[in-house]
Amino acid sequence: MHELPVTRSILAIVLRHAEAQGVTRVLAIHLMVGALSDLEPEWLQTYFDHLSKGTPAEGAKLLVERSPLTFLCEPCSAEYHTTREELESASCPRCGSREASLVSGTGYRVESMEAQ
Amino acid sequence: MSDVTLINIKEEILAENKGLADKLRRRLKERGAFLVNLMSSPGSGKTSLIVRSLQELGSRYRMAVIEGDVDSAVDAERVAREGIRAVQIKTGGSCHLSAAMVEKGLGALSLDSLDLLFLENIGNLICPAGSDTGASLDVALVSIPEGDDKPLKYPLIFRTAHVFVVNKTDVREHFDFDVEAFRARVRRLNPEAPVFEVSCKTGEGIDLWCNWLRERVEEGR
Repeated sequence: MHELPVTRSILAIVLRHAEAQGVTRVLAIHLMVGALSDLEPEWLQTYFDHLSKGTPAEGAKLLVERSPLTFLCEPCSAEYHTTREELESASCPRCGSREASLVSGTGYRVESMEAQ
Repeated sequence: MSDVTLINIKEEILAENKGLADKLRRRLKERGAFLVNLMSSPGSGKTSLIVRSLQELGSRYRMAVIEGDVDSAVDAERVAREGIRAVQIKTGGSCHLSAAMVEKGLGALSLDSLDLLFLENIGNLICPAGSDTGASLDVALVSIPEGDDKPLKYPLIFRTAHVFVVNKTDVREHFDFDVEAFRARVRRLNPEAPVFEVSCKTGEGIDLWCNWLRERVEEGR
């Protein structure tokens, strides 16, 4: 259950910014999670609801956006996006080659929050 | 009711663990100790690979093992039978080792008298992949019976690890594991990472793996 430590970190980051900005209520939190990073949004929200009780972030909705997988084509150096399901089958839209290496698709970030 | 404002944050969620891990790596390097983090599914042979590596490198390095386990000491006892100091970290249900847990485990060891430390992470291919332990080398181990499609199912660990070991080559003929397909899948996610094929049962390939590991230790500490 790696969602629990991840949730703790999200809450700590959000509360730090809430205090610095003098907000009284956090309504939503926007997260960017790499397509390769395993994260179960429902568990995340459940843990968050529990951990945030009694804080300005209580009741905030976690909105997870998935960043795309980006491949770099070896023969022609084109960059293209794909999905996790097409990890193996994806080919370069320019030259058709499947020889490619991954450039991005990992990471966990708190992007922003909506607050009052 | 006051207006809703959008506040930009743009912070890495795991920055705190990463900071701790970087600190730990610097501390180990200052003491001349090299930490190797071993990750795999349950039953792929993490403990067996550690025991084989201890035997192969025993005359060269002073070593110790940190065993992560949800709630047992079975692996630590097996390592201790080799005459090697083993420290047990019980995570109490957590599915991976964080840098803070590793730091705690290191507290029981005298780093000045150690060259090489193995960290046996919790057995699964998901959670350990995202959490920096402070190790200088992240190893992912897969065994022949598990199948060659693991990089497709658990791509993150095949992206983040530095080296891959395929264990149980002694049973290769009984399974459909296609080593070339596996290597190609790894290459797509992680083009620079080497792949070693070993059998911890027969010892096949252990010398190549340990020679490579020795070079990393010499470079890194």
